[in-house]
Amino acid sequence: MEQLFLYLENNLILIYLLIFTVILGFEVISKVPTVLHTPLMSGANAISGVVIIGAILLIRNAAPTDYFSLSLGALGVVLGMINVVGGFAVTNRMLKMFSKKKK
Amino acid sequence: MLITAINLIYLLGATSFVIGLKQMSSPDTARKGNALATFGMVVAILATLFIPITDAPNNYLWIFGAMMVGGIIGYISAIKIEMTAMPQMVSVFNGLGGACAAVLASTELTQYANGATILSKGQLLILLITLLIGAIAFTGSMLAYAKLQGLVKDSQVTFPKHNIVNLILLGALLAMSAYVYLNMADPTLWYIVLVMVLALLYGFSFVAPIGGADMPVVISLLNAFTGLSAAAAGLIYENKIMLVGGILVGSAGIILTVLMCKAMNRSLLNVLIGGFGENNQTATDNGDKQLAKEITYTDLAIQLYYSKSVIIVPGYGLAVAQAQKVVKRLDNLLSANGVDVKYAIHPVAGRMPGHMNVLLAEADVPYPKLLDMEDANEEMPNTDMVLVIGANDVVNPAAYDDPASPVYGMPVINVWEAKNVVVMKRSMSPGYAGIQNQLFFHHKTKMLFGDAKSTLEQLNDEVKILDT
Repeated sequence: MEQLFLYLENNLILIYLLIFTVILGFEVISKVPTVLHTPLMSGANAISGVVIIGAILLIRNAAPTDYFSLSLGALGVVLGMINVVGGFAVTNRMLKMFSKKKK
Repeated sequence: MLITAINLIYLLGATSFVIGLKQMSSPDTARKGNALATFGMVVAILATLFIPITDAPNNYLWIFGAMMVGGIIGYISAIKIEMTAMPQMVSVFNGLGGACAAVLASTELTQYANGATILSKGQLLILLITLLIGAIAFTGSMLAYAKLQGLVKDSQVTFPKHNIVNLILLGALLAMSAYVYLNMADPTLWYIVLVMVLALLYGFSFVAPIGGADMPVVISLLNAFTGLSAAAAGLIYENKIMLVGGILVGSAGIILTVLMCKAMNRSLLNVLIGGFGENNQTATDNGDKQLAKEITYTDLAIQLYYSKSVIIVPGYGLAVAQAQKVVKRLDNLLSANGVDVKYAIHPVAGRMPGHMNVLLAEADVPYPKLLDMEDANEEMPNTDMVLVIGANDVVNPAAYDDPASPVYGMPVINVWEAKNVVVMKRSMSPGYAGIQNQLFFHHKTKMLFGDAKSTLEQLNDEVKILDT
């Protein structure tokens, strides 16, 4: 328990950031027309691909002979990259159709 | 100096996510928002590649190789996918994001169990959370994909008393995680593997009993899960952009989930426990003896052609048949004769909110022609003809008058208030929610059976004959 408190104490700024971002997220998204629900979900999904950054850091810090970490890290980068690139591309495809008909 | 610059780039990336998401929630700026969020992601990834890490081996070859592979797979699948399969695709992408988080957490935990790294108690807890949420999001999303794609039927993956199975699994999962956490001084690799296996199983089992009209809600919830797992991973790497991006998606997913539940007039708990499909017997019983009236193409063409106002109610059948462009042609033919054609979009028509809007936008249906549910219901009494194409549960009158029906209380489009209703459907089979629809036997209703696309094509031919 003590260690947990120590961790919280040491990462207080991160915890502030966490809580404020939750509130920000709710505020930013709370008013959305139904039309945009699917593209928004898809776009948000692409953003959740930031987890790829963790995978990159994992590989960068792994010893060049640590093939276990390297291969799992590479798997993580592949998965994250599919999420990011696919997610943004699909969202763009959906939104493109909206803007086309506006003209 | 360089570190500060790169941290500022992270800040730029995080700000782009927030503003991008904000812009994505308004039709005028949505595309700009997506571009901005993409920009944020690109700079964040670049910054991560080049942020100086003391004594880091970097292994750039591994990183670039993996980025190429993932990027190409992601891009090609996004470009090739049919518009109708979009919800499944989002679910797959989401699952892979969750898998990425789970892979990260399991790698770190394995290193720790092997004694290669040291973790504080807080870090261990966060890694366990990342592993749990990521793994659940992965298998859950994959099952949601398989269900939407029609690869598995709801009944194929459920046990009797499935909710109890779920509770036992969840209990075992939490107990096992707590055990690993409490015995952190002496970590055993197999226990961590067991936690992962249980989490993967639970993700599958958690989605298994959920079906029917509830699928969008689950995908949205799983989307939030992936975001939260990314945020938790961000705490481990003390990376603020992961934290901000992940949490933003977490709140977005939760808000969307709540909005969807509201549209169906149900609570999230009710959705998760799987209220649909349990009491559908009562609602089907009295349907068998009634007869539905059919209409011919010629009659329907004439009725449509000489109507003043027509409202089209699209549903999943339209999406499956890829009939959006044919509908638009019918719209053009009728509009040319002075018929006022509009579309009524139920919030949960199709398999995702906005699914129908996306399809109709693809067919160049102008934005002002799309009515939301409230506006459509106001116009119903003044409408000559309603054409329901491949929709079922969202036009079910049982929502008003049959307390035994699972859709009771859900807001629906009151098509029966119009002067005439024609329902285009492949067969008399019940809709996705698995319940019978009294609308088909209503005195105003006529049926036209067949695949939406070929039916509409024949109808278009008939209208063209009238036109000459």
